[in-house]
Amino acid sequence: MSRRKHGAQWALLSPYGVWSVIFLVVPLAFVAYYAFTDNGFAFTTENLTRFFTAKSSVTNADGSTREVYTYLLICLRSLKLAAISTVICLLLGYPLAYIMARAHARTQRMLLTLIMIPMWMNFLIRTYAWMTILQDTGILNGFLGALHISPVHIIGTEGAVVIGMVYDYFPYMVLPIYSGLAKLDVKLLEAARDLGCNSAGVLRRVIFPLSLPGVLSGVTMVLIPSISTFYISQKLGNGKFFLIGDAIEGQYTANNLHFAALMAFLLMLALLLCMALMKRLTNRLVYGGGA
Amino acid sequence: MKTTSKVYTAIILVFLLAPIAILLVFSFNDSKSLSVFSGFSLRWYRELFQDEATLRSVKNTVVLAVSAMAISTVMGTAAAVGMHRLRGRWMQRAFDTVTDLPMTNPDIITGISLMLMFVFAGRLFGWQRSLSFWTMLAAHVTFCLPYVILQVLPRLRQMDPALPEAAMDLGCTPFRAFCKATLPELAPGILTGAIMAFSMSLDDFVISYFTAGNGFQTLPIRIYSMTKKTVTPKMYALSTIIFFVILALLLVSNLTDEDAAQKRTKRKSNTKKEH
Repeated sequence: MSRRKHGAQWALLSPYGVWSVIFLVVPLAFVAYYAFTDNGFAFTTENLTRFFTAKSSVTNADGSTREVYTYLLICLRSLKLAAISTVICLLLGYPLAYIMARAHARTQRMLLTLIMIPMWMNFLIRTYAWMTILQDTGILNGFLGALHISPVHIIGTEGAVVIGMVYDYFPYMVLPIYSGLAKLDVKLLEAARDLGCNSAGVLRRVIFPLSLPGVLSGVTMVLIPSISTFYISQKLGNGKFFLIGDAIEGQYTANNLHFAALMAFLLMLALLLCMALMKRLTNRLVYGGGA
Repeated sequence: MKTTSKVYTAIILVFLLAPIAILLVFSFNDSKSLSVFSGFSLRWYRELFQDEATLRSVKNTVVLAVSAMAISTVMGTAAAVGMHRLRGRWMQRAFDTVTDLPMTNPDIITGISLMLMFVFAGRLFGWQRSLSFWTMLAAHVTFCLPYVILQVLPRLRQMDPALPEAAMDLGCTPFRAFCKATLPELAPGILTGAIMAFSMSLDDFVISYFTAGNGFQTLPIRIYSMTKKTVTPKMYALSTIIFFVILALLLVSNLTDEDAAQKRTKRKSNTKKEH
């Protein structure tokens, strides 16, 4: 009987197991394999050296040129824009999630639906809509003109890319924080009050620490797609701000698969490291005590 | 809600919904402009229904999403049941990690990794076109599976393990017990998982972009290639239609949910009467 049960279990699990090995584990191994081989599949570290040493010249605002490390600059810029977007999402999203979690059940449901509406639109279309809004002759400047305010130039700046990232990934920040806060036991808050906490104290000492797992998954869900995007920067940055995603996509289109693989490999390593660190940090903050 | 909260929520909602509203409005614009509204017309809807390449891509997207949903729902449900019964710690962690992988990896890496493997296999076996509908289907099933599994597993954990055992005590074979006792308990999770898989597949651009063959174009890829040049409000018209289709589906599923809930309460009160 027990052996039969065992057999049934493996019959259930093995399709998924085999599938995951073929379509998840092996492909990731191929990333590493391509990253460290040349076009003839002979071992090389040339891609790695190219990534860290390739230089190009950029024109400064005053017209002079200077040499920069091309790919390191791209990485830095990706990290900067993604970090700014994530922080903005968090600062805007946390209060909203908090308000939602304390609203009436019906209001909660309605707000939840409204926040998810943009997710029904394909993300390419959403981004494109922002392009038409932010254009120099777009809707925003038309609106400002009607109010007799001088037009603003946003499209093609880093600000436009950040707006696009915040807009596209904002729901991914709000939803996990909200679901954490909504599950919060009201008794804990009452207990904190009974023990002499004022409102700010309850927020700082009880609500915020307990919402950290939600914050962490929100941060992850915004940071990862915004660091690796290539469409937003192409459309809203006018292709002027190359991000790591653009670099990978560009090498793919140019059929430089080995160099594209190397960049994907490094991105994956960096993100894994980042995630492990963040997980550690929240674990310490949430469960490790320490006031 | 306090006034500040209301104002704050309203501002955020305007930021979130204004672009969508603009999109809906400009799909009815008379001129090609995406910033000046010059009059109401259904011109872009007419043009959309004459654009065969776009219509074909819509059909492709639906075929792909339905296939990916069907495969990932069956395989994912089976995997969830297997994972739930798994006892070895090492195996449990291995399966959990594998399930998390496509969700934590950026899409671009999932896409690139699959593409590299398909291209390599293509060279190895001398296939002329290594990327096709089948490679895309494999990719879509791969990233849909975790959504199904993560919806079904919590249902299994909440379920009373005595239920299938009781069925077997009453003479069911293990398979029949599974169908009669376990499956109905899992049904809501399976349904949500299937819907999530379907919408993820429908909406995916990045992974499709890297694993698509030349012959098979899905709607997001079609939109991407169209937005490389200038876009006409035709795409807005299409988005508007999709928007209202989803809205209708949500309303219908909400209504049937309430219907089912009512029926259940009715049935419960009926059984009470019989006792």
